Amino acid sequence: MTDYSIKDKVAIVGIGETRYYKAGQAPMSEFQLALEAIQKAVADAGLRIEDVDGFASYSDDRNDPVRLAGALGVPQIQFSNMHWGGGGGGMAGAVGNAAAAIVAGYAQCVVAYRALAQGQFGRFGQGHAGARVRGGAAYTVPYGLMSPAQMFAMRTQRFMYEHHIGQKALAGIALASYKHAQRNPRAVMYGRPLTREAYYNSRWIVEPFHLFDCCLENDGAAAVVLTTRERARDLPHKPVYLMAAAQGSGYRQWVTAHNDPDYATANFKTLAPRLFAMAGVTPQDVDVAQIYENFTGGVLMSIVEHGFCAAEEAEAFCGGGNLEWPEGKLPINTSGGNLAEAYMHGLELTLEGVRQLRGTSTCQVKDARICLVAAGPMVAPVSNLLLRN
Amino acid sequence: MPHDPVTTTPYLPSGMPLPTPTPDPLDAGFWQGTKQHRLLVQRCQACGTFQFGPEWICHGCRSENLGWQGCSGRGKVYAFERVWHPVHPALKERGPYLIALVELPDAGNVRMVGNLLGDPHQEVKIGADVEVVWEDHEDVTLVQWRQV
Repeated sequence: MTDYSIKDKVAIVGIGETRYYKAGQAPMSEFQLALEAIQKAVADAGLRIEDVDGFASYSDDRNDPVRLAGALGVPQIQFSNMHWGGGGGGMAGAVGNAAAAIVAGYAQCVVAYRALAQGQFGRFGQGHAGARVRGGAAYTVPYGLMSPAQMFAMRTQRFMYEHHIGQKALAGIALASYKHAQRNPRAVMYGRPLTREAYYNSRWIVEPFHLFDCCLENDGAAAVVLTTRERARDLPHKPVYLMAAAQGSGYRQWVTAHNDPDYATANFKTLAPRLFAMAGVTPQDVDVAQIYENFTGGVLMSIVEHGFCAAEEAEAFCGGGNLEWPEGKLPINTSGGNLAEAYMHGLELTLEGVRQLRGTSTCQVKDARICLVAAGPMVAPVSNLLLRN
Repeated sequence: MPHDPVTTTPYLPSGMPLPTPTPDPLDAGFWQGTKQHRLLVQRCQACGTFQFGPEWICHGCRSENLGWQGCSGRGKVYAFERVWHPVHPALKERGPYLIALVELPDAGNVRMVGNLLGDPHQEVKIGADVEVVWEDHEDVTLVQWRQV
């Protein structure tokens, strides 16, 4: 019987990133950031640029493979892929697509990357500068609903209402990311710890999101290199295998004006069961998780939808220290995440997942064997990965 | 067809983007309706499914035989949020405001986004009853809500 699955056939063998700058402050072009991260990832893999034959990205990355390959002197391209839609929700999808290309025999050595220097191009998530709007935007923008924070706060409000979850859950998520960033010298918020008091006193952006419930904005780039498990054995680092990958979206998610039939969801309900089934493991087998914080509310929903706790227990689970290294049951975002390390549209979370499984994290989970990476959340499509060593 | 005469002056400051006065064919019926103070929701003539925002085909049966049905203008708060951070230059001095996601029980529970009129700090509960209030501009009318 043919096994239509990427399970355990592909490994992440190299990771690379630039320094992370505040948005608009990168002293070089976005394209240069991409070149730097990719070269670092390939070097980390113990490979050469000449070994690279494929590229995968997401979120309408501006640095297309043909330009990158031309600049790098890549001998040929055998895979050139953009994960379509979902913004940062495609992050794990890009890694999954890279793996799929390798398993399909299209390419042997694929780089998944993201480079971002918003100041050079205009702010991510900002639109509707014009005096008139049309189409779907006309049903929301005139009422002052136009930013990502506002779109996701509405959904989060409904989720918290349905499951009787209080602000303490969101605070727990923010505090975990910030705590972990304090051990990571590369984190933008390194040296800037967050107290519970400071979290609650921070200004409202849109209820229930305080300032510290919202991801950072940064310039920088990150990249990972994937290859076959056979090739991975000869390379310097402990291979980090993809047990499983999933991407997609539930029924009529993100139809116009918040009419998703199942509204209070991070959109992982169809992915999580598929992911765990492909991997052949359960949520209890996950040692550490990297969960994309566009906003803390999305992490809350993602934790529930991946089966780590019931919705009705989520306030106690998230608010009670379970997400914090080293004592927590499910340490998350162990290098600081989108909230406190850097917002590289989540790709930095995959890098941290790899570090955890190599044993090189600054908040190293003892005997970490399996790491979940979840990208989105609350967008469409979303994506996730289960990594193991 | 019920005509709700309740109107309001603009809730948000001028300078906020408004719906185009020349909507695409897909949306035109809705905005013609609001100008006439009629709340219209698209309804499939073949299977009766409501959908909002409008689509080209029925998502239930894929028929192209779609029409507009008037509804009562009564709804329930499905979700809401109080916005503090100004997301548009026109909102710089506005202060906090309320956005509601209103469910329409007599239109297949489709939802519409609008502002909840009145004190931005009023007590709002999910499930609260609301009714439509028309916000007339020069060439377009917005759909707003207030608690009843």
